[in-house]
Amino acid sequence: MTTQTEPKDTQESIALSVRGLNFYYGDKQVLFDNTLDIARNRVTAFIGPSGCGKSTHIRTYNRMFELYKGHRAEGEILMDGINILDPKQIPALELRHRVGMIFQKPTPFPMSIFDNIAYGLRLHTNLGRKEIAERVEKALRGAALWDEVKDKLNQPGTALSGGQQQRLCIARALANEPEIMLMDEPCSALDPIATAKIEELIDELKRRLTIVIVTHNMQQAARVSDYTAYFYLGKLIEFGDTETIFTAPKKQETEDYITGRFG
Amino acid sequence: MRMQRRTWTNRLILFLSGSAGVLGLAMLVWILGDVAIKGSSAINWDFFTELPAPPGMDEGGLANAIVGTVIMTLAATMIAVPFGVMAGTWLSEFGRESRFGHAVRYVSDILVSAPSIVIGMFVYIIMVKTMGHFSGWAGAVALAIIMLPVVSRTTEEMLKLVPHELREAALALGAPYWKIMPQVIYRAAVSGMITGIMLAVARVAGETAPLLFTALNSPYWSESMNEPMANLTVTLFNYAMSPYDDWHAKAWGAAFIITLAVLVVTIFTRLLLRKRSKH
Repeated sequence: MTTQTEPKDTQESIALSVRGLNFYYGDKQVLFDNTLDIARNRVTAFIGPSGCGKSTHIRTYNRMFELYKGHRAEGEILMDGINILDPKQIPALELRHRVGMIFQKPTPFPMSIFDNIAYGLRLHTNLGRKEIAERVEKALRGAALWDEVKDKLNQPGTALSGGQQQRLCIARALANEPEIMLMDEPCSALDPIATAKIEELIDELKRRLTIVIVTHNMQQAARVSDYTAYFYLGKLIEFGDTETIFTAPKKQETEDYITGRFG
Repeated sequence: MRMQRRTWTNRLILFLSGSAGVLGLAMLVWILGDVAIKGSSAINWDFFTELPAPPGMDEGGLANAIVGTVIMTLAATMIAVPFGVMAGTWLSEFGRESRFGHAVRYVSDILVSAPSIVIGMFVYIIMVKTMGHFSGWAGAVALAIIMLPVVSRTTEEMLKLVPHELREAALALGAPYWKIMPQVIYRAAVSGMITGIMLAVARVAGETAPLLFTALNSPYWSESMNEPMANLTVTLFNYAMSPYDDWHAKAWGAAFIITLAVLVVTIFTRLLLRKRSKH
């Protein structure tokens, strides 16, 4: 089943253009011919029941699947005209520098808050001490964490609360100044207040970058996203602007899922 | 009636198991106490600074043996740690499911429980025989072989405890695998890895059999590791077997020093582990 939907507003530019994406775990195919466009400076949410392939799909955008034997993707994902699935066109390390990722569980590195943020900078740039400090501050401000941690930058990142740790991870990804940020259920381990902060942050961040978020929480998808894609059993069932998907879905399956009759 | 029998059976079993516990503990206290009392009376300044004296003289010490044991243990650690850490890293990161990985793991486990005298014989054949003489290096290699599986298996286990998400998060920033291992993953596992190394050191510090075949012993200062090298355990063995009372006293002193050293290392390791589990 193929549902190809262009972003409604044609003036929007495209950050990622996914064409005919198939994905396999060994012999088992788990994504079937996914085709969609991710709009630049917008938030796109992927929803669907567990095991529908939304996480698998998002993990092709930074080729995270390459870590695992037998995982392979077919098709095309175009970013500025290059197919990011092709290692010859873009090495994984460069791709991951440009496409950041936030995971379900906060993953602060076992080092100070400062060093956590500086990790990517030291990896990809030759900046001096002072510039690194500036960029660290900028990243922490960008993740709305600066005021909470500015007096304890030398303390371990693991000492922060769960919500702070997740914002630390966002700041760490922001320090690389990525064009796209992937978020794989970034709030499912957080309490409602921490979740609200992350959602506010997402709204703020989309001015600067493109966000793709996988979520189990449909209210969250409705609150934060501009576009929503509904996946089921590895197929992209429906894709369109969030308002339409949630108020007037074209497909019965989508409506059943959104209204809670299924999934 | 039946209840009464049960109550009495319960009391009897409790008494028996309690006694067994007390007996085991008593043995330990007895050994440690004996070593501490008889050993500490042999310890004086000369013990740490003087060379062994001929039997019958009340002076002299075991300075060369203490230094020899420390040097060989350090050398063994220098050899075993890089290989052990690398092997453990491979087992945890790359060889988890592979057949070769399983084989390496199995062989390591066998090596952990291999009698140390067999390892001494092995090094005797490959090093002492070919070089034509006993040497400190041969001793260090024998100890390193004993340490190797302990270090590699603990490294592996500690690395496996590091959540997989941490690796993905570091890789997702665009870091290559060879950089995230030392920069992020070892750092997350470092206290456990050090624990493994310490346990391996404690294990070899008291080994006698492998040194008997390799480093032998020496009554002099060893000027290089290419010569037979003095060490505490073989000295302890020789002195305890001798008919001289003053050598017996020195043997007790050596036993005391070895026990104390192992105890200190073990306690230090426990403290490190406790600090780790608090996080």
